[in-house]
Amino acid sequence: MATHFLADTAVLTGRTLRHVTRSVDTIVTTAVTPIAMMLLFVYVFGGAIDTGTVPYVNYMLPGILLITIASGIAYTAFRLFTDMRSGIFERFQSMPIARSGVLWAHVLTSIAAIAISLVLVVGVALLMGFRSGAGVLDWLAVAGILLLFTLALTWIAVIPGLTAKTLDGASGFSYPLIFLPFISSAFVPTASMPGPVRFFAEHQPVTSIVDTIRNLFTGQPVGGDIWVALGWCAGILVIAYALADLTYRRQIS
Amino acid sequence: MLVRMSTSTAGPAIQVRGLEKSYKELRVLRGVDFEVARGSIFALLGSNGAGKTTVVRILSTLLRADAGDARVNGFDVGARAADVRESISLTGQFAAVDEILSGRENLVMIARLRHLREPGAVADDLLRRFSLTEAGGRRVATYSGGMRRRLDIAMSLIGNPPVIFLDEPTTGLDPEARIEVWDAVKELARGGTTVLLTTQYLDEAEQLADRIAILHRGRIIVDGTLAELKRLLPPAEVEYVEKQPSLEDVYFAVVGDAAEKE
Repeated sequence: MATHFLADTAVLTGRTLRHVTRSVDTIVTTAVTPIAMMLLFVYVFGGAIDTGTVPYVNYMLPGILLITIASGIAYTAFRLFTDMRSGIFERFQSMPIARSGVLWAHVLTSIAAIAISLVLVVGVALLMGFRSGAGVLDWLAVAGILLLFTLALTWIAVIPGLTAKTLDGASGFSYPLIFLPFISSAFVPTASMPGPVRFFAEHQPVTSIVDTIRNLFTGQPVGGDIWVALGWCAGILVIAYALADLTYRRQIS
Repeated sequence: MLVRMSTSTAGPAIQVRGLEKSYKELRVLRGVDFEVARGSIFALLGSNGAGKTTVVRILSTLLRADAGDARVNGFDVGARAADVRESISLTGQFAAVDEILSGRENLVMIARLRHLREPGAVADDLLRRFSLTEAGGRRVATYSGGMRRRLDIAMSLIGNPPVIFLDEPTTGLDPEARIEVWDAVKELARGGTTVLLTTQYLDEAEQLADRIAILHRGRIIVDGTLAELKRLLPPAEVEYVEKQPSLEDVYFAVVGDAAEKE
């Protein structure tokens, strides 16, 4: 069975990837909202926000990338939910295949789809004047953190994808996640926030991730932030994976 | 190994004894017993909510029974689920096809998942057998209900599983499409595959099945060949018009009896 896991997962991933390439609109919509926010913040609000010598588009891009990921996983939950509702899921479950392959196919597809959306967003940011002094290693580190964050959020998305009763329930969970970067250092320096809000902003996962990516982009030392960021991502990933796996086992037994 | 060989080839294809399943307070199956001989078509007949789908879900390892014993191809569905899955194909109540893929892509995918060589050739052969060659390259979303079901059944044939479950294969189809599906099922049986189908249509059971069991309120109340079932009623009386009881008469007569006893 284990020997088939990779082959089966590859076949099933090919299937879900085709779902994405045949509805390119899902990738575009994933990218459109963050791009619109980026335009709004850079050209409307940005002038009023003091980020020192850093151009505002450089300052806010890390937060926009996290919002892209958070809106991308809504489609992950949507695709999984649609599969659960159709007869094809039961067909797979009654076949002699590696059962977890069905879930991994959705997870890998989620990563691929979100990666494309991220590239689109970065492309638009470059057009808007985003410039980075980051070297190859810095970019790899940024990619690694984004990948880990995507993986963690994707496993969160698996849970509503498996358990939701309605389509809105399957994708609605992502709204708070999309909102989270607003109460962080993503758009406004936390120093300007009142006490309790500032405390929350400085101790939630997004701030450490945003600060790390921002420092990597500007070629600054990342300091201890990167370990806090990686700790959050890994922690969320482990807990979300464990819960998703438990949910899946309950559903199929 | 020897034991495994003997369990997988001897005895009936499906054996069900004392099967029970409840959803909270609702007792869906209250001790179901039946056997299906190898290579035969067996129809599980019953109205909506009689528990037909529950039986199929248990036999195809999607659901665990609360009590009782169920074997498919000689393997216990609880203890040997992986072996059962090697032995079966399930065509569920709603066409288990991928709408976004083409018909051919659906077949190739299943052939790959069954680890067959030349999945493309397997797909083309099945498209031909089920008269879907022309539609093979089109997305399934554009197919008619009958074509979808034919594709569904074709997908179930891949890898030649000895036992196939068809859960209400013609529900929601127009009469023409029903006949297409019936032909496909007969084609299966000719190849020696054991077919368990559930249906609420009496004529469907009459048309297709070697043996028919009526599932009513969680129990099998009658189980036999069509001829045996017809014999349950008193022989037709010759008056002015001779009228043989149809299976429909038998069904309502036995269902009515059981309902009164409870």
